[in-house]
Parts: sequence; C-alpha cells; structure tokens
Amino acid sequence: MEMSKPAGHNALDDNRQGLIGKPLDRVDGRLKVTGRATYAYEYNEGGQASYAYIVQSTIAKGSIISIDSAAAERAPGVQLVLTYKNMIAQGPKTKESSPQLHDEKITHFGQPVALVVASSFEQARAGAALVNVRYQQDAGEFNLNKAKVHARVPPPNQQAPDATEGEFEAAFVAAPVQLDVTYTTPHQSHAMMEPHATLALWNGDHLTLYTSNQMLAQAQGAVAKTLQLQPTQVRIISRYVGGGFGAKLAIQADAILAAAAAKKLGRPVKLALARPQVFHVTTHRTATEQRIRLGTDKDGHIQAIAHESWSGNTAGEDFYESAADQTRSLYAGANRKIAHRLSTLDLPVASSMRAPGEAVGLLAIECAMDELAEKLNLDPIELRKRNEPSQDPTKHVPYSTRQLVPCMEEGARRFGWNKRNPKPGQVRDGRWLIGHGMAAASRGNFLRPSKASARLDGDGILTVRMGMTDIGTGSYTIFTQIAAEMLGLPPQRVRMLLGDTEFPAAAGSGGSFGAASAGSGLYDACMALRGKLASAAGFNADSALFANGQISDGGQSKPLVELVGAGLEAEGEIKPGATLKQFSQQAYGAHFVEVGVDMDTGEVRIRRMLGVFAAGRILNEKTARSQALGGMTFGIGAALTEELVVDEQLGLFANHDLAEYHVATNADVPALEVVFLPEVDDKANPLKIKGIGELGICGAGAAVANAIYNACGVRVRDYPMTLDKLLGGLPAQAA
Amino acid sequence: MIPFTYERAQDEAAAARAAASTPNSKFIAGGTNLLDLMKLQIEKPQHLIDITHLPLNRIEATPDGGVRIGAMVRNADLAADPRIRKDYAVLSRALLAGASAQLRNMATTGGNLLQRTRCYYFYTPGLPCNKREPGSGCSALQGFNRMHAIVGASEACIATHPSDMAVAMRVLDAQVETINGQGQRRIIPIADFHRLPGNTPQQDNTLQSGELITAVTLPPPVKGEHIYRKVRDRASYAFALVSVAAIVERSGGQIHSARLAFGGLAHKPWRVNAAEQALRDTPDRPAAYHHAADAVLQGAVGYGHNDFKITLARRTLNAVLTPTA
Repeated sequence: MEMSKPAGHNALDDNRQGLIGKPLDRVDGRLKVTGRATYAYEYNEGGQASYAYIVQSTIAKGSIISIDSAAAERAPGVQLVLTYKNMIAQGPKTKESSPQLHDEKITHFGQPVALVVASSFEQARAGAALVNVRYQQDAGEFNLNKAKVHARVPPPNQQAPDATEGEFEAAFVAAPVQLDVTYTTPHQSHAMMEPHATLALWNGDHLTLYTSNQMLAQAQGAVAKTLQLQPTQVRIISRYVGGGFGAKLAIQADAILAAAAAKKLGRPVKLALARPQVFHVTTHRTATEQRIRLGTDKDGHIQAIAHESWSGNTAGEDFYESAADQTRSLYAGANRKIAHRLSTLDLPVASSMRAPGEAVGLLAIECAMDELAEKLNLDPIELRKRNEPSQDPTKHVPYSTRQLVPCMEEGARRFGWNKRNPKPGQVRDGRWLIGHGMAAASRGNFLRPSKASARLDGDGILTVRMGMTDIGTGSYTIFTQIAAEMLGLPPQRVRMLLGDTEFPAAAGSGGSFGAASAGSGLYDACMALRGKLASAAGFNADSALFANGQISDGGQSKPLVELVGAGLEAEGEIKPGATLKQFSQQAYGAHFVEVGVDMDTGEVRIRRMLGVFAAGRILNEKTARSQALGGMTFGIGAALTEELVVDEQLGLFANHDLAEYHVATNADVPALEVVFLPEVDDKANPLKIKGIGELGICGAGAAVANAIYNACGVRVRDYPMTLDKLLGGLPAQAA
Repeated sequence: MIPFTYERAQDEAAAARAAASTPNSKFIAGGTNLLDLMKLQIEKPQHLIDITHLPLNRIEATPDGGVRIGAMVRNADLAADPRIRKDYAVLSRALLAGASAQLRNMATTGGNLLQRTRCYYFYTPGLPCNKREPGSGCSALQGFNRMHAIVGASEACIATHPSDMAVAMRVLDAQVETINGQGQRRIIPIADFHRLPGNTPQQDNTLQSGELITAVTLPPPVKGEHIYRKVRDRASYAFALVSVAAIVERSGGQIHSARLAFGGLAHKPWRVNAAEQALRDTPDRPAAYHHAADAVLQGAVGYGHNDFKITLARRTLNAVLTPTA
C-alpha cells in the first residue's frame, strides 16, 4: 500500500485483543539475558574460522611509504597479512561502496592499513603489532573553526541545505529585540555496547556475512558494489544487534576486510573491532558550530529567525550535520534563514548518530530560546507559546499532529514549573546551587519503503519474515504485537523472523523510521492474509473480525487453523506517498530538568528529569518508555560529558576508550520520568504511530544546559558543560 | 598481548624468587589494569606469576594499634571492613570513590598502588610517550592534557597517578611491606613509594625488579574528621581531576592539625608539609585555608587544558576545610 492519503479506521484502532499499547515484555528478553541470542561474532557457521585483527594508521594524513609484514607473517599461527598491495579486487569509492586497504593514501588517524589473520584472536592481535608501516606525513586540518573559511555548500541531505523565507537580514536588523549567539558542539561517539563484528563465509562466489548492521538491504548493496558482486551473491544476517545509534547504518571495515580475508584464505574469517579501534575505524557525529539569530517584537513574537550550522567531514564525504533543519518548522516567524556548510577535516568519517541534526541543533536553538526569554523577561514556556505556528512556516502545509504546547503544559504541571525562580543563582541546597530548565523536543517523522511476508500454518503459528533489524529497541516485540493483533492470535503464536536479506527487504533501523516503516509493511501483509483467510472462510474481508484464533462475521465463527490447509501466505509492502508532502510531520515533546551545581567545584548533577512526549500511537508502553529513557540519558551525556577530543597536533581522538569518552553512568542519571500524551497520527502511516527512538535525546541536553544557567548564572555556549567552563563564574569563596 | 608463560606461586618467597630469576616477568593479581595494558602491548611480560591464591588476603591488627592489610585484600573488601570504616574512614571513602563496583571486586591493595597512568598517549601505542617508550617524547605536553599534572612534572612526562586509594594511604602514612628474590623483606614509607617522573618516567615507583608487595600497614588511627573529596567529570567511573584526602582535627574555632594529600595533581599522591604547618594550631578561618592552598600549589603550572586544575584544587581544598554547617 502507498501512504497517499490519511489512514482510515482499521483493526489497530479496534484493538480487539488489546495488544496494541500493551507493555508486553520483550519477546527476545529471555534469550538475551540468558546469553542465547546469537550476535554476529558468536556464530560458528562454516567450520573453524580464522581470526583477523586490524592494524591502524598512526598518522592522520599522508601516505604509506612501505609496509614490512615479514615478522608478522612468520609469527605463530599467522595465515595472512592483507595490505593494499594484496587486497582483493574492489570497486571504486562511491556513495554506496566502502573499499578498504584501497591504496597507500591515509585520510585519517586509525585508518586500517593492514589486516592480520591467524588461527586465534590472540595470535592475530600479536601479529598485528609486528607489522611495521612507514609513512610520509602531511599536514592536516583538524579544527572546525579554522576549516570554516573553506566550507562549501553540501549537496542535499534529507532536504536542501539552505532555505529562506521572506527577508531575514532586514527583518532581523529592524527587530526591537535581537539575540545573536553562537553555540558549539563537539565530536561525539555512538558508544554502543556491541562493537562492530563480522563472520564472513564464502560458498563459491556467494558471500554470507554474519554482521552487526542496522539496514540490511543497504548493506547488501554496499558489499556487492564494493566487492564487485551482484546483490544476489551477498547474504547479510544480523539477527541481533547490540546497539547501533547510527554507527551501523553503513557497512564498515570489519565486513569488507573479513570478506576479503575469507576469500583469500578459502575459509571463514571472524573480525571484531577492539573497543579502542571503534572510535577511529568507524564513524562519529561531527562537531558543529551554530550561529543563531532571533529577532522579535517587544512581546516576543519572532519576526526573524536564522540558524546557520557548520560541520566537518573527511574529504570526499558529503554527509553534513543537518543541525538547523528542525528550525524550519519549530517556531513561527515570517522571515527565516536556514543554512548548512560543510568543511573538510582530516578526521575519521562523520555520519549519523542518534537524531542526526536535531540532537545537536536543539542543543543550540533551545538554549538560544532560553536566552531570548530572559532578554524579554518572559517565561520560557510562554515565549514558545507565543511563537506557536498555525502551520509549517517553511513548507506552508498543516502539521499532521503537533502537541508541543500540551507537552509543555503537562510537563510544567507535573514538574512544578511555576515554582521555578527565573532569576539565576537564587536557590541553594547546602553547597549546591539549584536550577531548573526546560526545552522543547522535535524530531522529524519518516516513512521508508518496506516489505514483509506473513504465513499461517496448520499448527496455528504465524510466521513473519522481514529483512528488518532489532537494534535493541524492541522491534521483535512490537512487530509480534502488531501481527498478533491483526490476525487475532496470542503473541506466543507469532514467530518473528528478522535480520536476514533472504527475507522481504525492509526499511531497517535508522532515523526512527523502523517501527513505522517495517510495521506498516507488516500491517499490509497481515491485511492481505486476512483477505485470504476471509475468502477461505467464505466471509466478507471488510467486515470479518479476527480474535482468539477465530475469524467471525455475521454471527458465524471459524478457527483459523481450519482454513489454512498446507499454509496460507501473503506479502505486503508500504510505500511513502503524498501525505509526506501534504503534512509537516514531526514528533514533539518537552523536557524539564532540575540540576545541582556544586558552588565550590562546578560539578553538575541531575536531580530530576521529566520528558513529556506526543509521538502518535504508542505500540508498547514499556519499550517506548525505554527508548525515551535512553534518549534522555544520551541528552545528559551530550550536555555534561560527551566529547571526542581532537588532538590538533596529531589529528586523533585522544580519548578513544570508554574510560575516557564519558557517557553518562548510572550515577549520573536520576530516576527519569516519562509521559506519553495520547495521540494518533493518521497521516503518518496506517499504524498511526511516529518514530520515538530519537525523540528522547532531542532537546534533553538543552534543558540540562538551561537548568545549569538557572542554577549558577553561567551561560556556557560550548558543549559539553564540564566543570572547568563553570568555575570562573561560580560564587567567590570566603577569603 | 604477546605469548607468555604462566605459573602459580607456591608462597610469597617463591613468587619473588621466580620474578627475580625470570627475565621480563610480572606478578598478576586482580589483573584489572595489567590485562588491559597487555592487550594493547603497553605491558609485554613474557611470564606471569599468579599470586591470587597466596594467603595475603587478611586484615589484621598490629601490636602498635595499627592495621596490616594483605596485598591481596580486594578493594571492595577493604572498603567494607568495619575497622577500616570506623578508624580509617578516609581510606574506605577513597576506595569507594574509585573505579566501579565490578573493578573493586577484583582489584587488590597491592595492585592498586601499581596502577599505571591513564594518560591518553600512554594508552595509544604508536605515538610518542616517554613512559611507554623511553626517549620517544611526550605527546601530552603539546597535546590534550586535561587530566595531567600541575605539580612535580617534568619535560619528559606530565602524567598523573590515577589511584584514589594511594592518596588516602599517603595521608595515613601507610607503609608498604615487600619481599625480594633473595627473601629479604623491607618496609617502604608510602611517601617514598611512588616517584616523580624526572628523566625516567617509565619508573612509577621505587620497587626493585622482582620485589613483591606483601602488605600495606597503617599506623594507629589518626584522630580527626576523615574526608575524601573527589572531583571528576562524571559521578562514577572517572578518574579524579582533583581529589583531596584530609584528616582534620578542630575544636573551638581552632584547627589543631590537618593532614592533606592530593590526587590528580602529580605523578604521585601529593602531600606538602608546609600546607599542613599552615594549618597547625591556627584559627579556623578561610585565610588559613588559603595559606594551605598557597603552599600546596606553590610552583603549580598548567599545560593548557589542565590550567583549571590550579583554581579547582584551591576551591576544592577550601570546600574540604570549610566546616559543614
């Protein structure tokens, strides 16, 4: 089906079995906590595998003069040392391909320059240390601010990089109240639990990769292009993925190098990245510099709004951080300017990380709004209400749904926002300075083409197949709920098979579109199967009801198992359609935070945090809440600690391990409160849901930053807000 | 990790003997630091001597009223010991401020003293680091040095010692007991145990080759309030930017005595006699705290990213010394 018009009333609205929205435990939960969910590196298909370990560049830019691998080749157990000189044939570097060990050129620190394969992991790692590489080193550019002068207009990402409405410059200059601020955000790392890993296996000229990947169809294409195969020669299996957050959207070096080594050796090869390797071998979120200008009348109505963002990437990469995109639709204002520029940095490849664009864009715009509210002597919620648009101010179409104001109001009520002292530095608890902050959340909603098949057999088991992934979000569970509700079966009767390119191609997990896209494909397959069952029963498909394993119509009921014969199967598909253009689609929310700032040391601790979200229908209260909690936790990390620090002499991320790249720990995260407002979005997809995987991070960090300002009166515009940036503004100690 | 051989020592003398007679050998206890370093080939022992089953896991009273802590006592057990909690609270607090619960369950008293620096460049083989590769240079001097030393550093090395426990041990005047390959035992005052980097930053401490830590002894309890204040970038599982171990005895508006040791400032736990003198029998006022801070930070110098530590150390000390209302 195509989403060419709003979805009508359907079986999920009826929810006869009550499965939709139910906080069902994860169907794969027991497998995971008992260690029986098999992750990529744990497969042993194809017999005894060899183990591979990557040798990384120790310079950031230049070229390889020589590689001496003799010692490594003589080392115990070593079977192969792969370099650019003996790498298998690969296609050229394109948007879709990802050649490795391609030539002598070094484009970033930590780039793979060789692969050592041995009988054991330990032998491969020991052998890797014996590979001696000599380099010719070139000067590189590692500083975004310095690289800005050479920034270019990048090709379109989701949307065109630039947009204007009205006459921004003139309106801004004329505005009675003006704010012109620049915020910076650092490079960040996904830091998912499972590092990238692959088992590669050849059968003739057919390649199977057990790997950890978010979007299998894309991966299949990329591997085929890179290794000059047909997509049908490549099978990707990712049944369980230990977190991705964007780091596993594209195929990475582990997959290509394992495939190459397996081909050379004629045996299966396993390759996992060691944790410190993940930071340089794979992708990260780029740093940004964001200039925001807001011009209002004396009452705070925005007349001019500009959001300009600079980000960086490796030469030849077009991905930019679309940090200003949400500002297109977030607030009203007739005169607008959105601009994105991309600079070349000699750092590892930058790409998507949880809520690309919004996650760091809202860190800037939502703090700027806080600054503006103070300037206007307005409550931050009131300022936002005064700039609530009646329709999308850039696309000039209605919003599919937009409950930003109800989210703020419900949040304010629950949080006790009216007790906040708007004047910074006034509230104390012992040696803690207490502050309260809020920020809006907004995340674009997407729908991607996605296919599914559903088959009911005589044993009463419904088997669903989708080339979809569950990256820890709960996909297995919500698809089970959808399928069970649609066919009127208990969830235990659904066998959900994901993570294999042999299955109908699905959207994959990314951009928060997984549940909506694959779920809608599944919905369509279930509708088709309902039609076949109704027909077998001699019932009218439109009026037939499915519940408790029965189909019923006109007072008659028949058990489904009696209708399927040797099995009934149907396929389904969702295609995005006109509603994407006809309606401006975002999920919304509001974050509220209470922080303490230690008045002696500047240490910041979150004391309370509340997120209120409106994101369409909620499929599973429990997994949805977990997504929000995870996003809010990411937001705390982004505000307070997370930064890949660039050594600008050597061009590396200095803190490339989890001891020094500081994600929030349990002790940094208090009990978080999550509330979902009732909502259905019939313009988004037939499920009437919206993506929620990324909504929680959007605005969360800005609410923390605004609370810090309210606590101590220090406005930091350079994330993360580590204590050294607050020290200078803290109260003087007694002399 | 390079291939290595392994043995289980039969007793402490045999362990030390084996270490002295086997080139390039190391003791292994909790392994919480050594194994990580071996995987990265920052440590490359060819032989490991496992001491985990030796009877060095007791906490016992000493005749002079102190406590003797076996080298194998786990950090978690030491922190939870009732006598340590009651009489040496600064030590218990420092231990609990360190690492994570999982690491504290494995890490040992002797091993904790031997932790190596967490300098980013020490941890990145292939880049210059005088501590890892003597003579190769110091990448941190011009590089990212947020966690680095502001006192006692050298041109060769500006690394800090990462231990919290050692800072508390320093303020308690602990003594390190050892045995060497000849069976000779000696006692090293904690003040002399860790070194400043000088021109030989590869040597973290004054242990001789093959010398095994058997115990750490604490003198009789020190009267006063026991404080451990650790300032770090996140609430758990982060190394100290600045930490202060303090034992302060005060009454009636007077400080009678104060002992102070600092973590995060230097290549070893930092203790300055002049700072403690400035607080001896002195009016309990901020001016005295500042005098103490002046003494601690005399000659302090930042290297860019860690400049803030000078202010932070002063403010943290002030906070530690300010009586709680």
